[in-house]
Amino acid sequence: MAGMRWYWPLVGAALALRLLLVPFADNLNLGSRPEVATPLTSLRRLEEGYWLKQSSLSPYTGSMYHGSPLLLIILGPLTVKRIESQPAHLYCSLIFVLVDFFTAMLIRAIGEKLMLTNCNNLKLLKPSKLVESFGGVDAGDIASLIYLWNPFTVVTCLGSCTSPIDNLMVVLAIYGACSRIVPLAAFGWVMATHFSLYPGILVIPVLLLLGYGPDAPPPKLFPQKHSNGDGSLVHVFSWGPILQFALWVVIWSCYVLLLSSISLKGFDGLYDMLKKTLGFILTVEDLSPNIGVLWYFFAEVFEFFRGFFLIVFHVNILFMVCPLAIRLMHRPCFLAFVYITISAILKSYPSVGDAALYLSLLGLFANELAEMKFSFFLFCGYIGVSLLSPVMHNLWIWRGTGNANFYFATGLAYACLQTVLVVESVSTMLNHDRMLKKELKKT
Amino acid sequence: MSKLRLRFNPTAFLLIIFFFNSVLRPALALVEDGEGLEEEFTEELLLKPLPDRKVLAHFHFQSSAPPSAANGRHHRLFPKAIAQLARKFQIRELELSFTQGRWNYERWGGFDPMSTANAKPPGVELWAAFDLPLNEIDHTWKNLTHALSGLFCSSINFLESSTAYSAPSWGFHSNSSKLRYGALPREAVCTENLTPWLKLLPCRDKAGIALLLDRPSIYRSHYHSQRLRLISSEFTGIILEQALTVVLQPSMRSNSPASSGYGFLQPSWSVNSLFGKEVVGQCVLAKTSRIFFELEKDLAFKVDKQQPLSSWNNSAFELSVIPNNDIREINAVKNMGSSVLYVFEVSNSNDHMPLDVGIRWKIPLVWSYPQAPFHMNRYLMGSGNERGSIAISLRSTHLLERFSRVSDGCAVHAVIFQVVPWYVKVYYHTLHIFVDGKAQIISDVVRKMKISPSEDKLSPGSMELLLRFPCNIESATLTLDFDKGFLHIDEYPPDANQGFDIPSALVTFPDFHCSRSYQLDDSIYYKSPLLSKFQEGNPVQTYTEVLLVPLTTPDFSMPYNVITFTCTVLALYFGSMLNVLRRRAGEEERLERSKASEKPGLIPLLLSKLFSKLKGKEPESSPPLSTSSSILGPKLVAKVILVGLLAVIWNYYLKNG
Repeated sequence: MAGMRWYWPLVGAALALRLLLVPFADNLNLGSRPEVATPLTSLRRLEEGYWLKQSSLSPYTGSMYHGSPLLLIILGPLTVKRIESQPAHLYCSLIFVLVDFFTAMLIRAIGEKLMLTNCNNLKLLKPSKLVESFGGVDAGDIASLIYLWNPFTVVTCLGSCTSPIDNLMVVLAIYGACSRIVPLAAFGWVMATHFSLYPGILVIPVLLLLGYGPDAPPPKLFPQKHSNGDGSLVHVFSWGPILQFALWVVIWSCYVLLLSSISLKGFDGLYDMLKKTLGFILTVEDLSPNIGVLWYFFAEVFEFFRGFFLIVFHVNILFMVCPLAIRLMHRPCFLAFVYITISAILKSYPSVGDAALYLSLLGLFANELAEMKFSFFLFCGYIGVSLLSPVMHNLWIWRGTGNANFYFATGLAYACLQTVLVVESVSTMLNHDRMLKKELKKT
Repeated sequence: MSKLRLRFNPTAFLLIIFFFNSVLRPALALVEDGEGLEEEFTEELLLKPLPDRKVLAHFHFQSSAPPSAANGRHHRLFPKAIAQLARKFQIRELELSFTQGRWNYERWGGFDPMSTANAKPPGVELWAAFDLPLNEIDHTWKNLTHALSGLFCSSINFLESSTAYSAPSWGFHSNSSKLRYGALPREAVCTENLTPWLKLLPCRDKAGIALLLDRPSIYRSHYHSQRLRLISSEFTGIILEQALTVVLQPSMRSNSPASSGYGFLQPSWSVNSLFGKEVVGQCVLAKTSRIFFELEKDLAFKVDKQQPLSSWNNSAFELSVIPNNDIREINAVKNMGSSVLYVFEVSNSNDHMPLDVGIRWKIPLVWSYPQAPFHMNRYLMGSGNERGSIAISLRSTHLLERFSRVSDGCAVHAVIFQVVPWYVKVYYHTLHIFVDGKAQIISDVVRKMKISPSEDKLSPGSMELLLRFPCNIESATLTLDFDKGFLHIDEYPPDANQGFDIPSALVTFPDFHCSRSYQLDDSIYYKSPLLSKFQEGNPVQTYTEVLLVPLTTPDFSMPYNVITFTCTVLALYFGSMLNVLRRRAGEEERLERSKASEKPGLIPLLLSKLFSKLKGKEPESSPPLSTSSSILGPKLVAKVILVGLLAVIWNYYLKNG
């Protein structure tokens, strides 16, 4: 495992690279890139919200700020603090570097947890086969390094947008569930849902993680091999953590709502907040271009059908929740990855921050997904789209020589790539389980 | 009985009539005269040479109606449509202007009653204050825009949408929460707006001064602004002011000696050469009908220097008609000169003796107009269609220094009122103020600020700022960053690539109040609404330019393609995902086994299948297939039987039916 030896230097180098680029964040102008900052996560809008709040208006007056009031409390004062001849959001950028580091470490911890259970399970199933099927790499290290070195993450970290925090909360929820720290899992889930709504569907993987424990081969294999009751020990659904989780979710949500209502005291209050955050996500009001496809769709679709298609797109995320949960019940972490990817495809304001998260989570399953098809094609596709998309955007918006369709085409290609990625990874994971079964049958 | 009565009646009738005539009528008349309860109409025209060889003509018509209780719904002179409007919508004050062209504050003046009251932003501007409870105002405003739109044949009804109007609190006019303000900068103003406006006059454009309103010459002008102002209250009744301000370029033909001496001679002109028409008698319904000819302070001062300006014919110029009166401005600053006003009574003219007021210059003269304390400019910065900045710049005209030697503590206030449509998403936290090129701390300059940010597709953003500058500044600039919004294809106007207009900002200088009073006795003031308006005056205000913001457009021909493409991608995702999920391991194994066992290709396999089906036998060579067919067999048979049964039942019912 060569990765282990160079792990810490690589982490350090990634952080150093970020710190090196932070002073140039203003010149790179990443904060206004449609790929990086969406109306939900833009720090510039947060600054406007903070300014409005300081001038005793509700931060949600006008259509500028759509984030959480809690972020406003934490990051707001930092956006105002300036140092001469330094970029505007220096403090925030430093915080985001830190947040990225935490996220990477949590991903690594998740990887270790996964590997541990994997080891145990495989030993339980067939110790002799262990080396062969599990002769891979340290997935946690790989995943965290992917997270830290992914250009998408670097750009998101420097691009003064709040998606690193959203990502941290999602990872926190998964980590908490993996290591059965129920309050942490509940906190991560509540905060992630509060920040960007879509992680709400992660409740299923989190519950499965709490109930069954981390990823394992299909439960069917265990009784085949160990009818004596050893296998069933692993796969009994424990209700205790679930109830605890429900309790903690209630506690944390009340806490968050209470804090929000305190910070919005004197203004329109919670209703306004929900309308401006969740309503804004669900109704796709802002039609400014981003790497998704929905903005152009809703800019072009006939007003009459708008409601219908809004339902279609959002239900499409929910449609897949149940089938995937049934099929991947034994692999909750992978299920979480699939959910995150699907919501990244279909969410109303996608950014590369979402891609950064699911690509690094993909690294967690490096061993299982080693035989994934089209991986080279996907790799090239991601590079191609991420190079072409800014070019098309520039041609359309800045030069005026291009057309909206060019940019939309890259968005379509990106959506297709993500689709292929998620479908292939699910297919490979199912095949992997099948292969395990076959291997076990053979012996 | 009845006959008797008939005979008796006439005498009684006569008596009654006599009684009324002798006693009551004078009494009634006294009441009417004494309290001004009669409807009145006055018409006035002010002509004024402008320094840049142009001529300003300002038509001012005023109708007034006494409080409605006095004479019910009947109007002799006052336009009924307006009276109904004022009554129905409970309007306290309303101003509607149709303008084409931009008032040139540098050349045509920015610090005299004429420019401050009559310079209007291009397009349509409408504001109205209502006498209604707060919750009814928005609704009433919407109805009012529709009514006005019908009345003036224009698209004022676009101001109905909540994205088009705003409710300024103190930045515009008064501290009123019952005021609504809306502007349509792109509205084209033409003769179809003028005709209904003229219809409100009792003589229309058939007699009196309005006869001069020749459409081609008005719409050829450099600037024309057609205004309607309504003031209504329970005590004074309704006052309707209709004003039309035109800046015309006199034709050069009449100006024979083109240049002489050190400069160009101003073009000589007359009413006839400007409008192609002459005034022949007043509108008989008008109480007063006058033409004024005004010489600006600076001009009068320069003419005075040549020769004491006493008569209408001096060494500098000659008026074509002998004025009835010439009056001087009072309270003028000594060394600055004072304006001169020549008065012509229209009632003296008739068909044989038309009133053709004009001027013939004898010597070249250069003069300037009083300037507002700051020249305002507003412009856009940045390129591309993603973001930009709006800058408002104030350039000092050194008016303050000229007026008074000011101390260090002296300060000048400016109120900026700006409305931006929602698709220009202004970041108000990026407000920067530069004074003489140096960035300032906002709180040092901004005394008062009211901002209502724009809501997407709901309301425009409006900004009211009270700024305080030291007197001795050269220039000040305000900048605000904004993001350009992206609209739904239906929201783009027909010519989307032309760009979108941001209405003019209004800058008011509350410290400066300009008024001009002439040496007249009170009775003449009472009779001349135009001069009494001059005397009243108003704070100096300046409208900035309209900004043209180009917005990115989507492809307008693409809706179907976009819908199909997007839905295809979705279907791809959904279909392939479902396919992956419902693929069974068992099936796959069977498939693999069948592949392994059957080396022959697809076509032989199909053929063998077909043959076996035809023979009614099952191919022995492929056990997995046979199992599958054996599984399918009973099901298929059951299905066939079911369909057959259904058909039979259906047939049976049909026959019975």
